[in-house]
Amino acid sequence: MNILNQIFLAPLKDIGGNPAFFVEVVIGGIFAGLMYSLVALGFVLIYKASGVFNFAQGVMVLFAALTLVGLMERGLPVPVALVATMGVMVLLAFAIERAVLRPLVNQPHIILFMATIGLNFFLEGLGEMAWGSNVKRLDVGIPDRSFIVKGVQINQLEMTAAITAAVLVTILAVFFQKTRIGRALRAVADDHEAALSIGIPLKTIWVVVWSVAGLVAMVAGIMWGAKSGVQFSLSLIALKALPVLILGGFESVPGAIVGGLIIGVGEKVGEVYWGPLVGGAIENWFAYVLALGFLLIRPQGLFGEKIIERV
Amino acid sequence: MIYREAGQFKTTYAADQAIFPIVQDRVFVALVALAAFVAVPFWASEYWLQAILIPFLIYALAALGLNLLTGYAGQLSLGTGGFMAVGAYAAFKITTAFPALNIFLVFLLSGLVAACVGLVFGIPSLRIKGFYLAVATLASQFFLIWLFNKVGWFVNYAPSGTITAPPRTVLGLMVTGPQSSAEARYLVALGFVVLFAFVAKNLVRGRVGRSWMAIRDRDIAAEIIGVRPLRTKLLAFGVSSFYCGIAGAELVFLYLGSAETLAFDINLSFLVLFMVIIGGLGSVLGSFLGAAFIVLVPIFLTNAPHALGVNMPVALQKQIELMVFGGLIVFFLIVEPHGLARLWHITKEKLRLWPFPH
Repeated sequence: MNILNQIFLAPLKDIGGNPAFFVEVVIGGIFAGLMYSLVALGFVLIYKASGVFNFAQGVMVLFAALTLVGLMERGLPVPVALVATMGVMVLLAFAIERAVLRPLVNQPHIILFMATIGLNFFLEGLGEMAWGSNVKRLDVGIPDRSFIVKGVQINQLEMTAAITAAVLVTILAVFFQKTRIGRALRAVADDHEAALSIGIPLKTIWVVVWSVAGLVAMVAGIMWGAKSGVQFSLSLIALKALPVLILGGFESVPGAIVGGLIIGVGEKVGEVYWGPLVGGAIENWFAYVLALGFLLIRPQGLFGEKIIERV
Repeated sequence: MIYREAGQFKTTYAADQAIFPIVQDRVFVALVALAAFVAVPFWASEYWLQAILIPFLIYALAALGLNLLTGYAGQLSLGTGGFMAVGAYAAFKITTAFPALNIFLVFLLSGLVAACVGLVFGIPSLRIKGFYLAVATLASQFFLIWLFNKVGWFVNYAPSGTITAPPRTVLGLMVTGPQSSAEARYLVALGFVVLFAFVAKNLVRGRVGRSWMAIRDRDIAAEIIGVRPLRTKLLAFGVSSFYCGIAGAELVFLYLGSAETLAFDINLSFLVLFMVIIGGLGSVLGSFLGAAFIVLVPIFLTNAPHALGVNMPVALQKQIELMVFGGLIVFFLIVEPHGLARLWHITKEKLRLWPFPH
């Protein structure tokens, strides 16, 4: 009885006893979730357009942030460094298409997945070699201050991150739905061969989509970097984005956002109210278990395309 | 010319179904086995045994286990490190609770424990497929590691949180613990891997392996012709985790000596997956080749600058190592996506024809 009480009643009592704190936890979760979403977005873009599960997305985040910080340390002003970093990410997309994707066209998905893990190691080494491996501060001029609204503490940096994420998602949605190249991207995602046969240049599409994923990685890198410094552990947030992906569905941009929010809030609330029961630090696996629970009900994720199987 | 089966007639079904139907293969395997069991312990130096051969054999066993699951049954798993940790912690608990128990038996029991855990984490595979499953298996990885970190019972409440291999003897020979000789540990690892490679080879040739491959190739079609997905998939998870569990126990008892959960983190899962893919999915031989590749390449990369007489800072060397390692993986996937086992196959075909061109 006591255990049941501790699991079901006591945390709820805590929540009821201090609702402002609960709101704070939820808001913290939403912000964390948006950060995950930013990383997950990069995954989704590439998966949609090329069917490649890009494990290197996390390292691309790190790489972009490292490049930006490195350039700023060399004395470049923020806007110039930003543009230069964008250029580097686009160049990277060209290089990846040429060196990795093109030779591996038509290979099974698992081979491409492995290739991106190889890429992961390569970029990690390259980034650290070029810019050094010590922890760096990233300051792009977003103040890290908190203010209080109706007894709830809100961090300005996190607020900025949330707005950026929202803007980014809107732009991406318009890009995918309305522009010519966005339609081509969706066609490629649907069927490589059919897209090729009606004259969509596959190679260009891949470069575009990897560039866009690189830019999204850069935005994620700036946000994470401003929050917790640019360091190696940044590449590990890729692992945190994975449950977001399976929860939202690999092919869905809104899925990445909603999935991120659910994971972020679930994780924070779980950690604060239920974590102490089992000794804390459940953040590492709680997201996975949460996602797994969802998957058992909907194997294609929340927004994933319904899997229709034929023999 | 050298490697030609001409003139070798099979007169019985048994001969036709043999694992190595060709005389040259049998001779070759026998020679390799002889060299591994007799020659190596006599001549190999302590460094070779400890730093290269023992980890190679242990990783080969783990790769074999993952290959059964991913290569044969087609279920992509990133939870290998977790299952290996289960084996290691189970072996530690069993041998400290029953010190008199034969250590070989302890290994087998810890494999069984890992198999049970694998069965539980294999259940989602019935609903989830492909990359969704791969990510779902990460849940087992993180959850299990967290569990071993948090619950003191698993490490017998040691304040350091590490498990240490206690000294155990078999037939008067010390095989684990700090005083055991590298030769003894090498022989134990070799014995296990040979035995289980043999079991795996027979498993995949038989009914079980065929049903795994049917599930891998087209699961719905397999279900229609009467392969039960539930049993087949769970069996694959169970057997695979059994292998990984033993490999994990060996990793601590025969190689590291003592370990924390850090030794079984997500990188280990990826490492074993690399071995399987670089060696060749769906190939027993490939597991060995892949393990050899992954064990040897970092050692080679570490020593190469010294050999070339280039001096560079440690950090830079580490970064170059990472880059070369990543680059090599991509390179190998491009050159031969079917892995080293396929290269070996091609070599054999060439040997059959040699010295004629066709």
